Amino acid sequence: MAFISSGYNPAKPMEGRITDIGPRHFTDFLPPVLAKNKGAWDYHEILEPGVLLHVGLSGDKVYTVRCGGARLMSVTHIREICDIADKYCGGHLRFTTRNNIEFMVGTVEDAKALKADLNARKFAGGSYKFPVGGTGAGVTNIVHTQGWVHCHTPATDASGTVKATMDVVFEEFQNMRLPAPVRISMACCLNMCGAVHCSDIAILGIHRKPPIIDHESVDNICEVPLAVAACPTGAIRPTKIEFQGKQVNTVAVKNERCMFCGNCYTMCPAMPLADKTGDGIAIMVGGKISNRITTPKFSKVVVPFIPNEPPRWPKMTKVIKKILDTYAGDARKYERLGDWANRIGWERFFEKCDLEFSAHLIDDFRDPAYYTWRQTTQFKF
Amino acid sequence: MAKHKTPLLDQLESGPWPSFVSDIKQEVAHRYANPKGIDFQIPAECPDDLLGILELSYVEGETHWKHGGIVGVFGYGGGVIGRYCDQPEKFPGVAHFHTVRLNQPSGMFYKTDFLRQICDLWELRGSGLTNMHGATGDIVLLGTSTPQLEEIFWEATHNLNNDLGGSGSNLRTPSCCLGESRCEYACYDSQEMCFQLTNEYQDELHRPAFPYKFKFKFDGCSLGCVAAIARSDMSFIGTWRDEIRVDQKVVAAYVGGEIAPNAGAYSGRDWGKFDIQKEVVALCPSQCIRFEGGKLEINNKECVRCMHCICVMPRALKIGNDRGCSILVGAKAPILDGPQMGSLAIPFIKVDDDYAGVKEFIEATWDWWMEEGKNRERIGETLKRLGFAKLLEVTGTKADPRHVKEPRHNPYIFWKEEEVEGGWQREISDYRSRHQK
Repeated sequence: MAFISSGYNPAKPMEGRITDIGPRHFTDFLPPVLAKNKGAWDYHEILEPGVLLHVGLSGDKVYTVRCGGARLMSVTHIREICDIADKYCGGHLRFTTRNNIEFMVGTVEDAKALKADLNARKFAGGSYKFPVGGTGAGVTNIVHTQGWVHCHTPATDASGTVKATMDVVFEEFQNMRLPAPVRISMACCLNMCGAVHCSDIAILGIHRKPPIIDHESVDNICEVPLAVAACPTGAIRPTKIEFQGKQVNTVAVKNERCMFCGNCYTMCPAMPLADKTGDGIAIMVGGKISNRITTPKFSKVVVPFIPNEPPRWPKMTKVIKKILDTYAGDARKYERLGDWANRIGWERFFEKCDLEFSAHLIDDFRDPAYYTWRQTTQFKF
Repeated sequence: MAKHKTPLLDQLESGPWPSFVSDIKQEVAHRYANPKGIDFQIPAECPDDLLGILELSYVEGETHWKHGGIVGVFGYGGGVIGRYCDQPEKFPGVAHFHTVRLNQPSGMFYKTDFLRQICDLWELRGSGLTNMHGATGDIVLLGTSTPQLEEIFWEATHNLNNDLGGSGSNLRTPSCCLGESRCEYACYDSQEMCFQLTNEYQDELHRPAFPYKFKFKFDGCSLGCVAAIARSDMSFIGTWRDEIRVDQKVVAAYVGGEIAPNAGAYSGRDWGKFDIQKEVVALCPSQCIRFEGGKLEINNKECVRCMHCICVMPRALKIGNDRGCSILVGAKAPILDGPQMGSLAIPFIKVDDDYAGVKEFIEATWDWWMEEGKNRERIGETLKRLGFAKLLEVTGTKADPRHVKEPRHNPYIFWKEEEVEGGWQREISDYRSRHQK
């Protein structure tokens, strides 16, 4: 491994440095038909799962073929994507806001050929490389996070839970037979990077044990006031203790006030809390961000804990499938999962989805908790 | 040959969904074969060791990344997420495994020559693994060593003409829906606005100067394809203020069953014949649509522009011509005091070429939050602490019923002294002259 310089001179670090140039302008990359018809589209159609048609006021047409992406991908995979785009699309492609891949072509014949080609490509292990789908009233890609691949605060893995879930709901990726689109999201801790708080179904990594305090290190590697301020429930206070014969400045955690959010660890490396058996998954449902018919909604916790079961998380995927199938069988056309649950009532949601209701699901966080209790005699038996 | 046995991860190679394990394995094989004879600048075994340490996490149920990591490039205060594994002897290939955020183009359109340039750069100087894309929008280059960071940055800026994205307490990388490039619902050029404001605020993006992170997202309409209302501190969401354009002939074609409702999005199931009363009129949230005598009428004054009718009949109903965007403020995830969606601050603003009005609002908001926001307090939390009305005051925005879902139900109302006749300076002797003790 011999060092290869890029031209950067570490002896004169500021020499020749280019800064603040931002991203490339998107018009450098637009397919010509999009550049020509930009802002002048007339209508669109979904021809079949994964295939869209957009028609310009000019009469120009563009066909889009959407396929699944694992989000975490190698340069070898990206180069294969490029090969496909070179072969069919004049070297143009895009990624969606849910990390699917879209290829655009000029004719329906090309779109069908491309779809067939994409669906025929498989990894050595047998999984599809580019399954076509993700359009209309189905399940599309799962917005997710880093998990055990790169992050220091997760309570579960992202790539693994997502692969396990997508395998179980895969038919809905390639179909459009649900009452409305179902967005599934995943976050490996309750920082909720991504879309967990606003998705139809959400997978969330949670802890159930308070942090372990590394008293030897707290004062050396943490700003104690920041750790104290990081706690939403005021469970942390600064303190002095006798540790290995020395007085040390450290923190104390009131365990009965800690709800294991892990935010103190984010601020203070001497307060780790990950734990094999303590950690697991909470399932949330009923969120949406679109303003269509009803206003945007937060997802609500309906399963407080499912253990981590790598590599395939079977209890978690079973719950998700049950919720999805129950919704699909019961909801009305255009009704998002949260709209359905609100209409039938949450007591009925739990009954139909065969989910246990426990006190963990009743909000107890500050003043707003009251507004989630039931101030009415209207309920169903 | 792979260094580590990965029996648990191997089980994620089966099933239909693209397997990240199979993909990483193909990169492992590619790096060991090294057909182009590349002199890898970080260990060739990097992706192999990533699988190894991930397998260990699958066995132990706990992450194996050390806390934090502060690395970067000169001139910037963010853009790179440092990461070190906690078993460097066993997995030397990921002893350093830093992430580089590259700012993506608006709408994530690419040409293959550009992507191939990134791949070549990353194969040489990184792990060969990426995220396409991070949740905020960045191209994520996943895993490299500290000495490579300046080299990567040099190549990105000199050869790719592309900058880093944001991280830390600053303006993060803005992102947008694909907007006017391929959508008839786009009410403004969300991509151009995203690009222009990203460039306008490069300093705020690269050099943390805020109490905490701050995100922009740009949605072309209220359907929210980039989820601005949930995932950005300041959300720009397209809308119109004149009339939905109706083509009655095409409405008739929908009613007659010649065109599939919702562009065919529901075609995988037999939902029966399209029923405009049931599927459009009855579902309109403000009940402002009538369909009588074969004619669709919309009382636009009462329309809340939810997009439902337009989505169901995209060929018959079109967005209005007097377009702009709404600005909502404060969305955030739960930490610390609970999740928030954006709250409506500016119901309508025209999106002019120079974005002058928008910038004025942004900068007045920042001036206030940079001064008043507490350490690590998202603007949504500052709003809860100091009051929504304060945002209106500092941005010179007149309070309006559109700013609330409902008026307050408690009477704990603050008044400013100057609003009250006679002010607050009163003498008890004066009071006693009328009221005995």
